[in-house]
Amino acid sequence: MTTLVQTLFNGLALGSVYALISLGFTLVHKASDAVNFAHGSLLLLGGYLVAVLHTSLGFPGALVVAAAATALAAVTVGQLLRAARAQGAAVPTILTIGVDILLFTELARRIGTDVLNLGDPWGARVASFAGVTVAQARVASLVAAVLLVAAFLAAFRWTRWGLAMRVNASDREAAALMGARGERLRASAWALAGLLAAVAAVFLTAFPTPGLDRTTGQVALKAFPAAVVGGLGSVGGALVGSLLVGLAEAFSAGYQDQLSPLGSGLSDVAPYLVMVLVLIARPQGLLGAKESSRV
Amino acid sequence: MPQPPPAPARAETREALDVNQLTVAYGRSVRALHEVSLRVPAGGIVALLGANGAGKSTLLRAVSGTLPLHQGAVVSGSVGFGSADLTGRSAAQVVAAGVVQVPEGRRVFAELSVEDNLRAGRLGLVRRGRAEARATLDEVYALFPVLAERRRQTAGLMSGGEQQMLAMGRALMARPRLLLLDEPTLGLAPLMVERISETVQEIRRRGTGVLLVEQNAALALELADHAYVLEVGAVRLSGPAAELAASDEVRRLYLGEQGDEPGTEDVPASVPALGRWQR
Ligand SMILES: Nc1ncnc2c1ncn2[C@@H]1O[C@H](COP(=O)(O)OP(=O)(O)OP(=O)(O)O)[C@@H](O)[C@H]1O
Ligand SMILES: [Mg+2]
Repeated sequence: MTTLVQTLFNGLALGSVYALISLGFTLVHKASDAVNFAHGSLLLLGGYLVAVLHTSLGFPGALVVAAAATALAAVTVGQLLRAARAQGAAVPTILTIGVDILLFTELARRIGTDVLNLGDPWGARVASFAGVTVAQARVASLVAAVLLVAAFLAAFRWTRWGLAMRVNASDREAAALMGARGERLRASAWALAGLLAAVAAVFLTAFPTPGLDRTTGQVALKAFPAAVVGGLGSVGGALVGSLLVGLAEAFSAGYQDQLSPLGSGLSDVAPYLVMVLVLIARPQGLLGAKESSRV
Repeated sequence: MPQPPPAPARAETREALDVNQLTVAYGRSVRALHEVSLRVPAGGIVALLGANGAGKSTLLRAVSGTLPLHQGAVVSGSVGFGSADLTGRSAAQVVAAGVVQVPEGRRVFAELSVEDNLRAGRLGLVRRGRAEARATLDEVYALFPVLAERRRQTAGLMSGGEQQMLAMGRALMARPRLLLLDEPTLGLAPLMVERISETVQEIRRRGTGVLLVEQNAALALELADHAYVLEVGAVRLSGPAAELAASDEVRRLYLGEQGDEPGTEDVPASVPALGRWQR
């Protein structure tokens, strides 16, 4: 019973961090019609900046600066894609692979084989109640992710910016005819994606994870199945998919012994297993509309 | 001294649209308009007629600043609205200048509610007052009561005629001084065509000019003061609507009437006949 509750909690905490990543991923996909393979490297950049800045700026200051810088980097990638968009649907996506390799190589060179501490205030502390023990960092990540996602959803639903984002995703030309400024909206989507990736980096590397290393960005690859499971391009789908993937991963890790006949390391492939199973049953994803690709 | 009554908000500026020697190309080679000149007097209704592919939508795109979305560009010539030069301006700048286009095929935001579609009509305004937004919304609902009844409904689930009303209402939310309508009656039942045509007249009565692109030439010539006929990217005919409606050439080519003597059948093969001329 305690294992169940603990596993459930871990899954939700993990899923909430994936939600921050896949939300950015989805926004960028809607805004630029590209699958952003550079998302992982942007996340790594955010985490790396917190790691090098927290000793001088303190953790909150470092997080603010890192989030802003990652947002800026993401906007720059978005601008690069703009030029490539006229060249056909696949070109921008391929361009993000190039950006990913460049950014990752540079960051990996700087990080080397180190495991960097991000100086987060939760450290290795745990909280326990009713016999269940959980890392404080995971409680924080759950709370932060819920607040950020709620703030985003409220803005998306109720503000002028959110309305502009929704109409721009619905019909770009009609939105332009209403005076929506497509360029600014696209930039704002990339900025938000960068910001959320930096925050996600902090929670991904916090306890019980040892810290940030060069492979941290690869975790973003798990948010990819999360976004696809939900239905690429659907905000609600990205959130549902993230929770599903987080839970699948936590359960296959938490019940490793019972699942051992299937081999060890199941938790690493669980997100992809979920993706394949969902896509076989529902190719458009859980909440995705059957979308013919729009040019 | 008694205060004069406040002037109605929409009547204060009287601007004419001036399209001057406009040449437009798509990509490097497709020339869709060639030195087209056209004028919509302030508060007037002008009809733009022409067969499929004549360049009617291209002209509207050139005015509304949406050519770049189609890889098109103004090669030469100019577009002016009052004292503002709209040539090569962005779509947002054109909306801010008071010119709003209702696109061909309605293009409502299908997954959004009716009311969100209408709210989107104000996205281009720089000066935004809540009170004015509310008042404009009420005006649009008064003009199209069916939109008020369906305000929470998903726009994509409405009928074609209702979507056309929504597309027009959405454009009116910006309080334009000139409305560009691209084939508003396309595919609509006669009753709905009648409804749209009444609305166009009502819009003009409220001081907004209309540039009306129509394949339904009979309807357009009845509504408009002035009309232009485009043919393969150039103005072939223009004049007062009543005169054009009476001219043999227009009657034959666009109103579906045969010439009196069979022997004078000199319609060039390149001019396709238009469907749906009947009202
Ligand atoms: N995006 C584009 N790229 C290349 N050529 C285009 C493009 N859009 C339109 N054209 C061409 O420009 C010409 C004018 O097209 P336009 O859409 O303006 O005609 P239209 O008068 O609105 O026709 P319809 O009545 O069918 O709507 C046509 O020859 C068309 O093939
Ligand atoms: Mg057209």
